[in-house]
Amino acid sequence: MATIRNRRQVLPGFRFTLGFTVLYLSLIVLIPLAGLVVKTAGLTLPQFWDTVTSARVLASYRVSLLTAFFAALVNVVFGLLVAWVLVRYRFPGKKIVDGLIDLPFALPTAVAGIALTAIYAPNGWIGSLLEPLGIKVAYTPLGISVALVFIGLPFVVRTVQPVLQELEKDTEEAAVLLGAYRWRTFRKVLLPELVPPLLTGFALAFSRGIGEYGSVVFISGNMPMKTEITPLLIITKLEQYEYSQATAIALVLLLISFALLLLINSLQRWTNRRLRSA
Amino acid sequence: MRNLKSIRLLVVVALIVSVLSACGGGKNNEGSASPSGSQGASPSAGGKVPKSVELLNVSYDPTRELYAAFNKSFAEHWKQETGQTVKINQSHGGSGAQSRQVLDGLDADVVTLALAYDIDALADKGLLKSDWQNAFESNSSPYTSTIVFLVRKGNPKGIKDWDDLIKKGVQVITPNPKTSGGARWNYLAAWGYALKQNNGDEAKVKEFMKQLFDNVPVLDTGARGATTTFVERKIGDVLLAWENEAYLAKKEYGDAFEIVTPSLSILAEPPVAVVDKVVDKKGTREVAEAYLKYLYTPEGQEIAAQNFYRPRLQEVADKYKDQFPELNLLTIDADFGGWKVAQAKHFADGGTFDQIYTKGS
Amino acid sequence: MAGAVTTVTELSAEQRPKHLNESRAVRITLITIALLFVGLVVVLPMITVIAQAFRKGWEAYVSAISEPDALSALRLTLLTALIAVPLNTLFGAAAAWAITKFRFRGKNLLITLIDLPFAVSPVISGLVYILLFGAQGLLGPWLIDHGYKIVFATPGIILATMFVTFPFVARELIPLMETQGTQDEEAAVSLGAKGWRIFFKVTLPNIKWGLLYGIILCNARAMGEFGAVSVVSGHIRGETNTLPLHIEILYNEYQYTASFAVASLLMLLAIVTLVVKGLIEGRLVRSRHKE
Repeated sequence: MATIRNRRQVLPGFRFTLGFTVLYLSLIVLIPLAGLVVKTAGLTLPQFWDTVTSARVLASYRVSLLTAFFAALVNVVFGLLVAWVLVRYRFPGKKIVDGLIDLPFALPTAVAGIALTAIYAPNGWIGSLLEPLGIKVAYTPLGISVALVFIGLPFVVRTVQPVLQELEKDTEEAAVLLGAYRWRTFRKVLLPELVPPLLTGFALAFSRGIGEYGSVVFISGNMPMKTEITPLLIITKLEQYEYSQATAIALVLLLISFALLLLINSLQRWTNRRLRSA
Repeated sequence: MRNLKSIRLLVVVALIVSVLSACGGGKNNEGSASPSGSQGASPSAGGKVPKSVELLNVSYDPTRELYAAFNKSFAEHWKQETGQTVKINQSHGGSGAQSRQVLDGLDADVVTLALAYDIDALADKGLLKSDWQNAFESNSSPYTSTIVFLVRKGNPKGIKDWDDLIKKGVQVITPNPKTSGGARWNYLAAWGYALKQNNGDEAKVKEFMKQLFDNVPVLDTGARGATTTFVERKIGDVLLAWENEAYLAKKEYGDAFEIVTPSLSILAEPPVAVVDKVVDKKGTREVAEAYLKYLYTPEGQEIAAQNFYRPRLQEVADKYKDQFPELNLLTIDADFGGWKVAQAKHFADGGTFDQIYTKGS
Repeated sequence: MAGAVTTVTELSAEQRPKHLNESRAVRITLITIALLFVGLVVVLPMITVIAQAFRKGWEAYVSAISEPDALSALRLTLLTALIAVPLNTLFGAAAAWAITKFRFRGKNLLITLIDLPFAVSPVISGLVYILLFGAQGLLGPWLIDHGYKIVFATPGIILATMFVTFPFVARELIPLMETQGTQDEEAAVSLGAKGWRIFFKVTLPNIKWGLLYGIILCNARAMGEFGAVSVVSGHIRGETNTLPLHIEILYNEYQYTASFAVASLLMLLAIVTLVVKGLIEGRLVRSRHKE
């Protein structure tokens, strides 16, 4: 109670909304996830450790983390660009492009995986163009990243877009009146406001990428130690009826994502507060 | 003011109700779903023959076409015999995944899977008797298959036998034995061949397997994924596949492919079983058993053969003998000590398959 | 009148004084790069799907999407979205209100927990419900004994979908309401407005675009979810198959054309939701003009 500052007295609905949030969160997310922990607890500590640090599992973390990181990075740069163009400029077909951004959510991941593999396989539209250049996309880590860029794009665009839309012209106007150059305006005035949604977008795209399965298995080739992603190893464990080992690996994956999200959320709130007090 | 408060109260109540109904939605839906699911149960308790009955057959991936045809034939047969309408629902997927679903509560009356190991897993949890494999003739496997090679037209790499698969420059497509039941048969067939060639020297066999998998550029998770990689993406020179899958691919894609039968392969016995716990609950034992028995009749065997499964019944086998060339076949029980042993030795973590990828390379 | 988001911004782009806009060259370059990127990442796969869908002509397409199994899959998909999306929307609005309008300890943790379903591999988000409600699960045996079936039936599919689409609305609203602060609402309070009135009259107009995006994303994902639903569905043809699962089945039956046809149907559904979004936006803009 003491932590709730005076604002609480001003605006209504705190208890109700927070109560509902926590209740719903618990029912849909936390209790089911607790099942994961309970199941993993069936392993002894050494068993758990052996499972999550075996050579193949470690190699798969590397593949999953690196490809997801790379894909999220691509999405932050190009996602911002796309959002910017969609919000600020006029060009023919803009509404269509705006609508297309959501497609990766609507298309089942397996379909996306099959379509992307068809495009980037050595006999595909783009794959056949890249082949003579010595660039292989399908069945390499690059292919995994391509799939994850597809999966993650809406996360970045749709988090940045509304904020960009709401950014009031006034801030910019003031900056220009003060004589700032365009690029400087962007860097000093707009970018700080865009950092929180960009960070969020990055974190979401990244953590979604780590866990993605459906689209990746088609394009990755699934070679052990090279292009085997961690979710595939979870499936492999299930296939051997090793439920607790599967949940153990899942738990590690979950903790990595959770730590990353927590870090970025904290960072973001910190920058936010600093901005507001400045 | 009062108005607002009551609205707020109303919304709160509505929210709680909707949340509860979301969780309890199961109950309501279940209420409407279970009668249809257990149609067999309640009337049989009443002693009258129910007008219609539903069966769920949980099967593995390559049997889709087989059971689509077989279900139709059985439904007609059952209608004639008993006057009862039987509706057979089908579920297909990877053999292991399907077995797990049944383990976790999918109400399968019968399972028709790729390996006995996956049905053993159900027996371990008490869903059926541990001697289930004696319930029907021929190890409860009404049809068999084997592993053959699918190559591109004209067989440009001249692939004739397992030896040719480890040659430099030959690309082999097989799914991942860790995730695909079919791929386990592929692996064991290759292993069995190498074992024979090297007079039982396992070190040499492992070397052979390593060379073989060095030639594998893509490990799809399932048999159909591997077929797509080979056929649609045009990757690889040879696809290791079920005989029935190879024929089906050839049928679907015309003459772009040829089937090569190696000198030695493995006898794949996809077993069938009635899930005791489910049929006793639903009261569908009679029809479930009749369903599986029908697989052994000339009609059932004919349908199996038409879908490129090797029939057990001699008269049908004779009729289709051009389709199924004779070859030497290893068996899982005689040559590999049964599925439990084979699974532990080759496909469990740290088994011979894992060693290919974790040692050295 | 398709996108009022675009309508609004078009206005602002027109009104934007010259000194606040980039030079023409820069604009064109940026637009070109953005379009190329979207083309490569999104449009190309989409064209592949459509091209495959019509490989055997219009008739094959129609028969693929009007097949009984496809229709029953469509029904189940719509039902699932119809339940999961509104619930998650209510949740998102409540969570965003609590998080952005008040200060309390553990807020970062709460936000992160809300994000969590994004981070959970789809494989796992299905598995957790199996671990809970399956025959070997924690609650499963009791529920099954009492005749309740959650997994391998519609409720399980809905739950898994709710889990996967859980954060969308909240995630969309939180950053937005964060940048807006609480001044407007506080002003309304000082003018004597109460609870829901503040939300509907002050907050909602400010967040409606974000809310709409959230709902659309949530809906698109609810209809398209494959991994999690695949784990809890049981894959019974005509009974527990959603559209994405039906697509997989067709694909595995070598019916590539039919499978891509059904996939294009899902894309169509996504486009329909976009049209609906456009209509709502058009309404909102008009009503605002009247005010």
